[in-house]
Amino acid sequence: MNASVFYAMTPILVLSGTAMALMIQASIKRDHKVASIIVAIGLILSLLGSYYASNFTQPVTVLLQVDNWSLFFTGLIIAASLIILSLSLKTFLPEGERKEEYYLLLILSVLGAVVLIQSSHMVSLLLGMELMGVALYVMIAFPERGDLPLEGAIKYLVLSACASAMLLYGFALIYAATGSLSYIGIGAEVARAYEQNPVLVLAGSAMVLAGIGFKLSVAPFHMWTPDVYEGAPTAVTGFLATVSKGAVFVALTRFYIDGNLYQYAGLTAALAVLAIASMLIGNWLALRQENIKRLLAYSSIAHFGYLLIALIACAHIDIQLVSQSITFYLTAYIVTTLAAFAVVSSVAEEDVRGQEIQALEGLFWYRPLEASALTVAMLSLAGIPLTAGFMAKFFVITVGVQSHLWVLLAALIVGSAVAIYYYLRVIFAMSKPCKVKGKASTGFDRTLAIILMACVLLLGSWPQPFIAYMGTL
Amino acid sequence: MVMINLILILLVGGLLAMLSERLDENMPRKVAMAAVLFDLIYLISSMLSLPEIAQLQAPITNDPSTWLMHFKANWIPAFGISIEFAMDGISLLMVLLTLILGAVAISASWTDIVKRKGFFEANLLWSLAGVLGVFLALDLLLFFLFWEVMLIPMYFMIAIWGHENRGYAAMKFFIFTQASGLLMLVSILVLSAINQETTGVWTFSYFDLLNTNISEQASYWIMLGFFIAFVVKLPGFPFHTWLPDAHTQAPTAGSVILAGVLLKTGAYGLIRFAVPLFPQAALDFSYPAMLLGAAGVVYGAVLAFGQADFKRLIAYSSVSHMGFVLLGIYAWNELALQGAVMQMVAHGFSTAALFMIAGSIQERLHTRDMSQMSGLWHQMPRMGAVAMFFVVASLGLPGLGNFVAEFLILLGLFQVNVWITVIAATGLITGAAYSLLLMQKSFQGEINKKWAESKLSDFGQREMMTMAVMIIALIFLGIYPQPVLNIAEPVLHSLLDLTALALPSIAEAKL
Repeated sequence: MNASVFYAMTPILVLSGTAMALMIQASIKRDHKVASIIVAIGLILSLLGSYYASNFTQPVTVLLQVDNWSLFFTGLIIAASLIILSLSLKTFLPEGERKEEYYLLLILSVLGAVVLIQSSHMVSLLLGMELMGVALYVMIAFPERGDLPLEGAIKYLVLSACASAMLLYGFALIYAATGSLSYIGIGAEVARAYEQNPVLVLAGSAMVLAGIGFKLSVAPFHMWTPDVYEGAPTAVTGFLATVSKGAVFVALTRFYIDGNLYQYAGLTAALAVLAIASMLIGNWLALRQENIKRLLAYSSIAHFGYLLIALIACAHIDIQLVSQSITFYLTAYIVTTLAAFAVVSSVAEEDVRGQEIQALEGLFWYRPLEASALTVAMLSLAGIPLTAGFMAKFFVITVGVQSHLWVLLAALIVGSAVAIYYYLRVIFAMSKPCKVKGKASTGFDRTLAIILMACVLLLGSWPQPFIAYMGTL
Repeated sequence: MVMINLILILLVGGLLAMLSERLDENMPRKVAMAAVLFDLIYLISSMLSLPEIAQLQAPITNDPSTWLMHFKANWIPAFGISIEFAMDGISLLMVLLTLILGAVAISASWTDIVKRKGFFEANLLWSLAGVLGVFLALDLLLFFLFWEVMLIPMYFMIAIWGHENRGYAAMKFFIFTQASGLLMLVSILVLSAINQETTGVWTFSYFDLLNTNISEQASYWIMLGFFIAFVVKLPGFPFHTWLPDAHTQAPTAGSVILAGVLLKTGAYGLIRFAVPLFPQAALDFSYPAMLLGAAGVVYGAVLAFGQADFKRLIAYSSVSHMGFVLLGIYAWNELALQGAVMQMVAHGFSTAALFMIAGSIQERLHTRDMSQMSGLWHQMPRMGAVAMFFVVASLGLPGLGNFVAEFLILLGLFQVNVWITVIAATGLITGAAYSLLLMQKSFQGEINKKWAESKLSDFGQREMMTMAVMIIALIFLGIYPQPVLNIAEPVLHSLLDLTALALPSIAEAKL
């Protein structure tokens, strides 16, 4: 082990250091502002660190794989966390209570997500997932008042625990079959193990997929999603939707591809069932939602269904194109979802009434910038051209067409057609004449809306630089 | 560059119109009108400055250098997607129609729109820009982009400034066209992927994809994807149900653009893409397609006859008239295609005018219910006379553009299938019935007591000028259609040559 291994771990080390600094600070003088500044500095430094670490890409022990791909996602989710942090400030600052533990939880959760993204071993996968998850339970329940956050947190806790148990059992079965816990090791042994004992391999990987499916909230493991989305403070919901789900999907991709699991028709079929169920159920249930956060919850279920198509396609075509599609889709999804949550958190009140779609009425006329940003986000989620969501869908359909996945594509078309309705409902509500003027916007809200909207539009209308960059990952 | 400028002028014009509202409430409409007229002048002047050879030369469909204009620049080279525009006679006609009707629509919005005028004119110009993009884009993905994006400003126009049931209508309009658009997107990607498998290169250029080798079965399915997307927009029976709602609920200017221009993008897509890209599949499918066309002609006419709502009647008559276009395209011979192109232009003018009249009536009476009208001619003689003109134009009076169009279509169709021609021809009779009914119920008869006291203002100078443009256009198309036929002819010739080349068996029968 030499120094360059530590350089490769810069983002993780910086995040851990920030967590320690926060604890030390808390023991000296508890202060809201100082804590948030420390977190912001820590996140920015680790963002720079993930750029710096790209000079030292290598496997870090058997547990972590630091390569350009994982570093890109590390950077992406740290940037996303920065935006989440800025949204949380508004939620937690004005109450004047001691809420600085929130920042510690946030940084720990980000640390877990980074470990998850870089994991190349089942132990680090579990470690990252638990670290991220445990911190998240508390973050969801953080507002002390009201039953909804508590309900959401308990639901998430219980179901996550079940999911982790399944995950562990799946790991045990796979280990029993292949004698290895690292992805590469599994990949090397899985063919032999499958010949000897196919049930063990398939059952093990199916349980791992189910466990990860819970975290990704693909149908039929989606039950917790709407309640948690609704109950959690908006900033935390945004964190859950972008950072947490994104990191889990990255880990799933690496596990599935490096573990050579894509060669087995049984698993592919299982994934296909999950994908179709998610696309149809997610979009269908979103139709009648009155709460914008619940609506986004169901929409995210559908989106991970679309994304699974790309993962399934790697059984048939070049992995390079598949991983590019996943990278583009996740990036587009994270940026778009952030834009949506940024607007929702700045516009909607933190109560159930305030988050109804009706509460957005007239937004176009009293806060045109944020309304435009939310419109762009909705159109991007619906996959309308010139937005990031369209290019993402373009990628997914392309790999689907090349792998001849016609049934999945049919589900995608039906799902997207249904989805247009509820995305349009949001836009339509905003274009109604306004009855009650809501909160006025701050300069910060507007800036954030413009930046995120520009990112969504840029990814969709001029994607070539990003595609070229993905080629180097 | 000319083609990009045409689109940019409208986009920037829209932005300026929106901003100009801050200076003066009535500025936007003037800015918008100026932008459209400037665009029109710019188009004509750049057509005149083309070298004469380009004007005389017949375009070869799969050789862009023979087209009037061609522009290509890289956009997303990773997938061979480029910004490729090209213009031939048909696109030129459609662009001209779009810009003229754009000016008409702005004139229709002059007093009709009372709130958020800036944003309205901006949406109007942006949807025109999107339509121009559809008529000019020759990269299939760029075409798809314009196809989808032009809907968004249209959606806003219906959803914000529409009538009582606007939310439902706007939603239905958007979902129908988006869902069918997704089918087209998948079809485009399949086509391009097949091309990529054989040639090893990603490309979405029309000119490259024309040469794709596709198995018969695959081409049939891909063709269906395109067909459904275009027929929903056309709209053809049985995909027409969005149209009566959207047209009825849209503000007048929106109806003018919808009926006059947006429907034509469906017909244009069929002529440009659905048939030439898959000649064999289109031939196999021509019989069902023609049946759908004939069904649309009859069904639209019958439903139009039963309407009490002024705008709904015109909307259903559009279904009937666009059925003729579908028939003309799938008959696929020169006469019928000429007729289809002519119908696109003539129907654009006549329906736009009727919608504008409907809008003016609603502005004055605040109702579209024909049972509450009657005798309007006495109070608004100018409007009555103009309405009479467009009603008889729409029912196909000889000497006006619509007659030429429908006659050519029937003539061409007769060579292909006699019985369908017979069915379609009944559309002319029913057309007369519902058109005259419209006239009688609203403008003729006793004066309705409700309006006898109130003073209804007749068409003013602005409205008469707008109407005059369309009246002149229709008379011109009816008496001397040759210039339009001349512009379209070389294009149609080369399209027929192209498909005949792919189908040696029927080359003799068709030409």
